[in-house]
Amino acid sequence: MLTKRIIPCLDCDLQVPEGRVVKGVEFKEIKYAGNPVDLATKYYEEGADEIVVLDITASHERRATMADVIDMLTENVFMPICVGGGIRKVEDYIKMLRAGADKCSTNTAAIKNPELLTEASKVVGSQAVVIGIDAKRRYISNPDDAPDKVVVETDKGFCWFDSSIYGGREFTGIDAIQWAQKCQDLGAGEILLTSMDGDGTQNGYDIELNKAINDAVDIPVIASGGVGKPKDILDVFKKTDVSAALAASIFHFNQYSIGDVKKYLKDNNVAVRL
Amino acid sequence: MITIIDYKSGNLKSISNGFKKIGAEYKISDDKEVIANSDYLVLPGVGAFGSAMENLKPFRDVIHEHVSEDKPFLGICLGQQVLMSSSEEADGVKGLDLFKGHVELLSGDVKIPHMGWNKLKICNNSPILEGIDGEFFYFVHSYHVVPDDESIIAGVCEYGGKIVASLSQNNLFSTQFHPEKSGIAGLKILKNFTNLEL
Repeated sequence: MLTKRIIPCLDCDLQVPEGRVVKGVEFKEIKYAGNPVDLATKYYEEGADEIVVLDITASHERRATMADVIDMLTENVFMPICVGGGIRKVEDYIKMLRAGADKCSTNTAAIKNPELLTEASKVVGSQAVVIGIDAKRRYISNPDDAPDKVVVETDKGFCWFDSSIYGGREFTGIDAIQWAQKCQDLGAGEILLTSMDGDGTQNGYDIELNKAINDAVDIPVIASGGVGKPKDILDVFKKTDVSAALAASIFHFNQYSIGDVKKYLKDNNVAVRL
Repeated sequence: MITIIDYKSGNLKSISNGFKKIGAEYKISDDKEVIANSDYLVLPGVGAFGSAMENLKPFRDVIHEHVSEDKPFLGICLGQQVLMSSSEEADGVKGLDLFKGHVELLSGDVKIPHMGWNKLKICNNSPILEGIDGEFFYFVHSYHVVPDDESIIAGVCEYGGKIVASLSQNNLFSTQFHPEKSGIAGLKILKNFTNLEL
């Protein structure tokens, strides 16, 4: 049977040669975990199922280019690679796939120009077109207060999910569940779903969000945002039918190895590749 | 010499990195002469059946000749599907017809595409799967092959029922999964392919 995927995420600052992976440290100074090529190789050897490499370079003063990083990384890493950040045109997909990536994730560019998903899927295939959705809960007291949104009942009351762009700095008012369905219709082959409420908190994935989106679409969903311990990954696999779990800091800090997490999941009857 | 056929429908970088890693000599080429003079041919493939067959038109004859001489040939993913007679994905488009049978959309209560790592179950003693047992491989596809002759099925996996993961007949081999994206087990398959005797 198909196993659940464990996907480490590398947030890359490309302002230095070869790039550097930023550790997601809250309320503290920024720390670096090493260069993306070394870290990706380490995770590959530990048994990761896939890797997501994100360009978080805010300025345009990049000294390394993502295509070069992917090109170097694929010399020794024989697993699927998804690239995100700065994918705006069909040519960007082609460039990354030529460098050895398998998929590209877009968020802001797709919201601004949804046709991008259709055009890209025609050229590179749906399997390479990942839509990144960054969703935040908007609580309401009564489901009738948001008649044009999909309202979900959570343990903290009713809410709908607002899609954000520019890495969570701007909100669009677009219902994330409706947007997910639209992306599937437009040609996206997978959803990388990040909870903006959970991201960086280490309080666990947003189960209601992941369940709602996963149940609304037929394409695979990757849960992201909020993982702090292996139990959080177990919970999202037991309580929802998402295909994969993405995590960054629990692996970067050497708290847990990928092997530790997979063994724990297997012991708890989740199908994983070990 | 191994030649990876460049027909504008494949992830050439990853498959060539795989051969580089195992120390095999390879070329990437869209030159019919080079392809015709190769001992081993590899046909990668990502995308749709119809456009792939269109792009393969110039290479149809050299591929048929290579296979009729029983020289080793490996089709990967869409490169497996185009070896079949026809596909539901492109009505009326003729496949390479090297394996008799057709290509169908995945069915059952499953997500499409089938994306991720699935366990390969070996069905016959294909030399390409030698030393592989109970390993996981990376799949990403929406269509699967259904050969007329089940004895050519080298491996299967479970996804809404049994689906064909690999075919093998004489020196003609194919995989639905991506060996070049499947870690050490995948590299082992590339190694098995390069170890085939001419």
